[in-house]
Amino acid sequence: MDIDKIAKRASQEIRAGQVINLGIGLPTMVMEYLPDDLEVLIHSENGVLGTWKKTPRELARPQLIDAGGNYITMRDGGSIFDSAVSFAIIRRAKLDLSIMGAFEVDQQGNLANWKIPGRFSPGIGGAMELAQKTTKVIVLCTHNDKYGKPKILRNCTLPLTGAHCVSRIITDKAVMDVSKDGLILREMSSNMELIDLISQTEADLIIPNNMERF
Amino acid sequence: MNKQQGIEEAIAQIPHGAVIMVGGFGSPGTPFSLINELLRQGQKNLTLIKNDANEKSVGISKLIENGQVSKLITTHIGLNKGVIEMMNSGTLDVEFHPQGILAEKIRIAGSGCFGFLSDIGLDSEITNSSQLIEWQGKTLKVESALGAQYALIHAERADPYGNLVYSSSAMNFCPLMAMAADHVIAETPHVERIGDLMPESIHTPCVFVSAIVHLDTLTKEYDVMEARFGY
Repeated sequence: MDIDKIAKRASQEIRAGQVINLGIGLPTMVMEYLPDDLEVLIHSENGVLGTWKKTPRELARPQLIDAGGNYITMRDGGSIFDSAVSFAIIRRAKLDLSIMGAFEVDQQGNLANWKIPGRFSPGIGGAMELAQKTTKVIVLCTHNDKYGKPKILRNCTLPLTGAHCVSRIITDKAVMDVSKDGLILREMSSNMELIDLISQTEADLIIPNNMERF
Repeated sequence: MNKQQGIEEAIAQIPHGAVIMVGGFGSPGTPFSLINELLRQGQKNLTLIKNDANEKSVGISKLIENGQVSKLITTHIGLNKGVIEMMNSGTLDVEFHPQGILAEKIRIAGSGCFGFLSDIGLDSEITNSSQLIEWQGKTLKVESALGAQYALIHAERADPYGNLVYSSSAMNFCPLMAMAADHVIAETPHVERIGDLMPESIHTPCVFVSAIVHLDTLTKEYDVMEARFGY
């Protein structure tokens, strides 16, 4: 599955010692690919630091969920607090990395993920504060929407969640870094041809000599 | 000083047109029993302030689906397509805030102050220029405190004075809302005797709480997965 490939690749971005927020949906799946002995603290907006992998329903504590509503476990050393403290952590830039989903992302590092006017507007949730205040933001999304249209754009068309906030984009087809000259293609999926990737990407791609496969 | 009330009596104090904060992030912390009594009594034209809209036919979604809510002040309704459709069709007024800004607006109201300065979302469509000021060399947004007439809260434990203890991630907005409303109704499955709650373990001191409603049993709604999938 495309999203499994994205989540697996994204798990390689996480380093021991980091404090991380994983967004609802695809970004949360990244956790399932992390080794159990990796020393990280995962933050969830609903007031948990130290969330860990999903737990079967029969072992779950009904009062312990992540921001996506999944029953979770917690790592030793974790803590629980109210929503004001949870966002003090975010706005005071105590997170090293935030992995977020996107409706659109562009080559300036702009992110749109809260509002498709008149169609599907889930709302802001924690996304604006995470996008604006986290040291490093990585976006995960499918490269194209279900009609095949590019999500990786020159300029976002939807209302922005954050401007100039994204540093890396990981899709089912490519890993790209935001630079002032355009998106640098770092890795391309092993089943892709470069000409197809370019045609399925609206943003300007810079192709370095040492581009890798994943 | 005994604040215990029956559920019918506690909810009957809420009039039509009330502004009500509702605790909870998803299911944990959501006062399902108080909400169900509000559904039964049928107060209308309500403004609700809650992190999310719960999921379809669960929690405050029932009040919205029943036409009792005219406005929802919230942060994220992505897990409730029905409420998104009501917003799109204009039958429900929805006001979105960044989640931590909503929490802080409530926290500030609860601490007896009137607003704060923020740098979140200044370039986005949630900010208009009339909200911006120059302050100590920075352009910042004035965020008003957000209080309410009523707050409905779920606590894991309480005592008759109204001291509250929350469980796990059911804390979320509850202690903030419990300080920010004029009249706070807390439901709990465990009412302890005075003196049995450790003073330093109390999350919300009793002075903020108006009524304690003791729940004999917790319905299946209190179980996230039960509510979502009907296991």
